[in-house]
Amino acid sequence: MSKPIAITGGRVIDPAQGIDRLADVLLKDGVVQAVTDAPGNAPDGYEVIDATGLVVAPGFIDIHTHLREPGLEHKETIATGTRAAAAGGFTTICAMPNTEPNQDNASTVEWVLRTGREQGVVRVLAIGAVTLERAGKRLVEMAELADAGVIGFSDDGNPVADPNIMRQALTYSQVTGLPIINHCEEPSIAGAGQMQMGVIASHLGLAGVPSEAETVMVERDIALAELTGGRLHIAHLSTRRAVEAVRRAKERGLRVTAEATPHHVSITDAWVYGLGGATPDDGALSTVAYDTNTKVNPPLRTNDDVDAVVEGLADGTIDMIATDHAPHAATDKECTYQEAAHGISNIETAFGSCMVPVHAGTLSLEDLIERMTAAPARFLGRELGSLKPGLPADVVVLDPASEWTVDPSAFFSKGKNTPLAGTTLKGRVVTTLYAGEVVHEAGVAVE
Amino acid sequence: MARTRAATTTPERPQGQSDNPENETVQAPPAPRRKPGQARPNQPPMFGGLSGSRRNVLDLDDFSKEEIEHILLSADGMNEVLSRDVRKTPTLRGKTILTLFFENSTRTRVSFEQAGKVLGADVINVSASASSVSKGESLLNTVRTLEAMKIDVLVMRHPHSGAPYFVASKIDAAVVNAGDGTHAHPTQSLLDLYTMRRHLGDIAGKKVTIIGDLHFSRVARSDVWGLRKMGAEVTVCGPPTLLPYGLRPGTEQDESAAFTGVKVVDRVEEALEGADVVMALRIQRERQDSGNLPDLREYSKLYGINSERLALASPGALLMHPGPMNEGIEISSDVAHGAQAVIEEQVSNGVAIRMAVLYMLCARSRGGE
Repeated sequence: MSKPIAITGGRVIDPAQGIDRLADVLLKDGVVQAVTDAPGNAPDGYEVIDATGLVVAPGFIDIHTHLREPGLEHKETIATGTRAAAAGGFTTICAMPNTEPNQDNASTVEWVLRTGREQGVVRVLAIGAVTLERAGKRLVEMAELADAGVIGFSDDGNPVADPNIMRQALTYSQVTGLPIINHCEEPSIAGAGQMQMGVIASHLGLAGVPSEAETVMVERDIALAELTGGRLHIAHLSTRRAVEAVRRAKERGLRVTAEATPHHVSITDAWVYGLGGATPDDGALSTVAYDTNTKVNPPLRTNDDVDAVVEGLADGTIDMIATDHAPHAATDKECTYQEAAHGISNIETAFGSCMVPVHAGTLSLEDLIERMTAAPARFLGRELGSLKPGLPADVVVLDPASEWTVDPSAFFSKGKNTPLAGTTLKGRVVTTLYAGEVVHEAGVAVE
Repeated sequence: MARTRAATTTPERPQGQSDNPENETVQAPPAPRRKPGQARPNQPPMFGGLSGSRRNVLDLDDFSKEEIEHILLSADGMNEVLSRDVRKTPTLRGKTILTLFFENSTRTRVSFEQAGKVLGADVINVSASASSVSKGESLLNTVRTLEAMKIDVLVMRHPHSGAPYFVASKIDAAVVNAGDGTHAHPTQSLLDLYTMRRHLGDIAGKKVTIIGDLHFSRVARSDVWGLRKMGAEVTVCGPPTLLPYGLRPGTEQDESAAFTGVKVVDRVEEALEGADVVMALRIQRERQDSGNLPDLREYSKLYGINSERLALASPGALLMHPGPMNEGIEISSDVAHGAQAVIEEQVSNGVAIRMAVLYMLCARSRGGE
């Protein structure tokens, strides 16, 4: 065992315990030993990490991560994806099932979990598919997958389109107690849409996805959750109407939770112009337009939708931040907008992006940290996401005021696909500890 | 109707337009023969002027009015070349133009080929839909491979909006967008403006009515840019399912950059009132299957241009169509080949416009950067 660690002098924010004070955090034997009443009480013999002027919080938890392995190792591996997660302040991540083979069987799930333990820098949990090959036809063996360790079921980018299959999944999954996570987007309305429907899509001549593609399926799934009593989790909520639908469902006491991504709280469809969110002068496009790194599903929405998602996060309608980290190879994005793969490599920029509404005054830092720690831990039903004594020593040290310029070539992720390249973010992960070991230090290579 | 603007008074016809409809189909201005080296009065700036700075022609959104006027003027000179007995100049000798079409096209590809050849360039035509793409080569590698063989201008048509922007960001050769998805078709717009100007004189203040599928039309998008730059009044009319966002019912609160200032009229009869130019767009048969239209019969009934409807426009209004036409659907045969139609002239003018565009881009590449 390595030396005990004292993280001293920082503002400790642990929403699960209601802690928000200057204190030292003591870590020993891979678990949290204590959060002191006041700073300056680090015992002798501890390695000191000086967090004066910084924020100390539980390590972030991401319930929606694409690690791509097995099968798509040219995009990401469990080793690179977990290293990127550490750089983003995440100490627990949940591997989505759209691998090759899919995580629709126990042996693939077990392989992912074992590889995570052997090669991962942080904790890797797994999400199973809802249906075989995520094809939306036959349910997976949910009980067996639950025994293998999955934390929920999702067909990932494939919405469970058939309402009856969704109904059966919400009913049958109750043998496991685990949630059905749905990507809510009605395919017949989304059609061949490439980006948010609206004036910008019309300007660019790109087929648009109306917000209602999301609303329709969110409303459908809420109705089915009510019918079945099943546990529904809505992935990457992104539109005002869908946020309102979830708010009403929660008011009625349904078992519905929801997540939002860092990009849907910080950037809009205007980014497709390739000008960092600006609109071109006089509407004249240049060769930076059609930035394929903005192509993501659900698409980047309007300013009003971003406001609504932030409001939903602030009032708890949206339970948590989940990254939907989606690394791709360069060739997946070096093509036309229509050919480009969906997704943003964002786990290393997640905190900086989520700080956009915090600096704008529409979301508090305490609430943001709650949505990235205590809330996903509750969702997982695991003793994580807090600095309670005895819990794993998963800690992140943050500098909310530090400005940095996004340089994808410096990403630990294999996926360099981000529309934020060259953008300045305010809010930085300084140090990440997993089980009492430093796994990331900004600007310092960690073995 | 709330969305309709008041009809303007019929503008005075420009000089040179007689009541004799035959005169309206004359294709080129009087082209006096001249000896080599002999200066002509009012010679269009075919070999000079604003050229030299523009790298690509991707849409008309980044053109100034002056730049468009320069190209139209230059096309007059090109039309003079086309009217000669020997249609060949050495202007672009030693230049290589590659047409790379990922969609089938006859008129646009041949038009560019003819334009390049008349100017003396070497023109290579590649139909990519069936070759490298089917072998799995990416668009980027395809164009890089072709550029490595030394080409000056890449004329490109692609079914995906924005494809030429992507290519232009990756290669050094000049890129001309010959149609990208449902986005833009700038040389079509230039030839439309040129055809209008030859008949109507100054386009500013003229009422241009575009009928049909605006949503999926790259021609309409580029035409609207060009017409707005030139100061025309643009009115559009089409099925609500085929109007673009910002013009479609329920979306009027958002003004689209591509359709700013465009008036939408619900009934075609009203849209045609007082129009100086009537442009019928091609209706795609697949719009029936995608749920945008019940069928072509009803489309024709509601929006088809026939002689009764054309009579609602200004006397002698021009009838245009980007082609290829579905005669009997969006346009009836009698008007399509009638006195007011300038549809074949659009095709002829397309060669002159593309000569002007190719010349402009090659002058830039010759001038060095």
